[in-house]
Order: sequence, then structure tokens, then C-alpha cells
Amino acid sequence: MAGHFEPLPGGGAAIALDDVEISIIRSLAVQLLELIGPGPAEEAPGDPLAGLFAEGPSEPPSDPVLRRLFPDAYRDPEEPPGTPRDAAEQRAHSAEFRRYTENDLRAGKRENALAVVHSLNALAPAGEGGAVLELTVEDSRRWLGALNDLRLAIGSRLEITDEDDTDDLYGLPDEDPRKPMVMAYLWLGGLQETLVSTLMP
Amino acid sequence: MGPVTAAAPIEIEKTESAEEVFAVPEPDVPWVTIVHNDPVNLMSYVTYVFQAYFGYSKDKATKLMLDVHHKGRAVVSSGTREEMERDVQAMHGYGLWATLQQDRK
Repeated sequence: MAGHFEPLPGGGAAIALDDVEISIIRSLAVQLLELIGPGPAEEAPGDPLAGLFAEGPSEPPSDPVLRRLFPDAYRDPEEPPGTPRDAAEQRAHSAEFRRYTENDLRAGKRENALAVVHSLNALAPAGEGGAVLELTVEDSRRWLGALNDLRLAIGSRLEITDEDDTDDLYGLPDEDPRKPMVMAYLWLGGLQETLVSTLMP
Repeated sequence: MGPVTAAAPIEIEKTESAEEVFAVPEPDVPWVTIVHNDPVNLMSYVTYVFQAYFGYSKDKATKLMLDVHHKGRAVVSSGTREEMERDVQAMHGYGLWATLQQDRK
């Protein structure tokens, strides 16, 4: 069970994690929460309706990780707009989509990352400096989303843009400053791969 | 070239181009949701998302995932613009790179 999720009888998944692994996942999830930032409700705690009526941003985020997590909905990455008019139309539609969806999308990703932090905080030590994490099906879905967002974030920071980049990362020398991030990226991939297999219908 | 005399023709031109930019597309042409290839998302995860969100069979979900992987993109759903905006939002929620457009082909 070390290093990978296994299905639990009756649904859900379990994995044995050591203290270092727990602290790495927690730290990455917290960094993701900080990057996504608070929602309108947290920013205006005195106003209970702030979260209901706040519009999201119109412009794409400047951070490349956030741009990947919240891409333009009307801009085809492989087919550039034919005319300046098409480009203006795509920008206008993308901006409108962003205003109405980005707050909800950010909230969903925050909830997933928070679920990860909460389930790690609730872990009882199992001796030998580790613990067994057991997830319900619902928690598994949240973990799956959070693991994917973490891998997208790290992949974006490592500038992984095609399959060859991933192959190159396997061969990095130990002294490369990207090595720890690459190890985390590959390890999270293994966690996600085994977690998704427990959820497959 | 005083600003007063120039104002009228410029304003007319602007109105015309603004109407063109926001022209309403043909209503009977369906919209599609396209998922784009991405070297980070796992093949198993993409298949899972197509099954879990769209309710597609394992075979159909796997075929769409392979299209995304090999051809760089796949049309995963079609319908009204509002429906496709919902699907694109859901795909972004799952972390898949999706866009919508009117199906011109």
C-alpha cells in the first residue's frame, strides 16, 4: 500500500503515508490554496451576500499556473483567430465567461485542496512515523481533483508543454535544481493514477 | 480638422463595427465542446472524467481520450451555446483544457 492507493471493500480508497509524504502533500496543498486565493465571501466577511453576487474577473490571470487552471473558454489554442474581429469576439466572450464562472471554479478547487489538508490533519499516527489514510468515495473525488490541480501547477512551473518534456525530466541529474519538484510531480502522478483506478466504474 | 466636424462620421463607423463584432451567429448551427491535449493530464484520468461527467461508456470515453492524445483535440459534446458553456466550465473544474465554438465544419 506504500506509495499507491488501494480500493477499500465497499468503496473508497486507502494509502499508507509516512510523515515526510504527509508533510509534502500538505505543504503543496497549502501552496495551491494560497495561489488560488480567497473568494469574495472570505474577502468581505461582514457581507453575507458578497459571495452570491460578486462577479469574477474579466481578464486572464497573469500567473501561468492560474492561466492553465482557468483557461480562456473561447480561444482555441491551436487555431488562431482568422481576423482581428474574430480575435476581439473571442476575447469578449472569454471575458464574459470568466466573469460568470471563475469565482465558482476557484471555490471548487479551494474545496478540493482544503479537503486534502483536513483529511491529513485528521490522520492518527500509526507508529513508525506514518499513518494509513482512508478516504470515502466523496473524499477520493476531491483528492483526485486536488492531485490533478497540483500536477497541473507543478507541470506549469516546470514548463512541461509536450510529452518529450516529461521524458527529459526523468533523466535530470541529481544536482539539477528542478529535481525535487520533478520527484514530487512523478510521485503525485503515481498517487493520482492509483486513486483514479479505485474510482473507475 | 476640428473635433466637432470629425465627430459625426467617426461615430457612425464605430456603431457599424460594433454591430459586426457582436453579430448574433446563426442559431441553428450547433456549438461544440473541444478538449485539447495536455502532457500533464493522465490518460486514465481523462477517461475517468469523460465517464463520470458525460456518463459515456468506457469504450466511448477511451476513444475520445485517445483522440485527444493522438490528434491533439476531440469534440466531446455538442448542443446549445449555454449547454456547451456548462460543459466547458465542468471540464475546467476537472482541470481539463476545454474550449467551445460553433461547429463550422
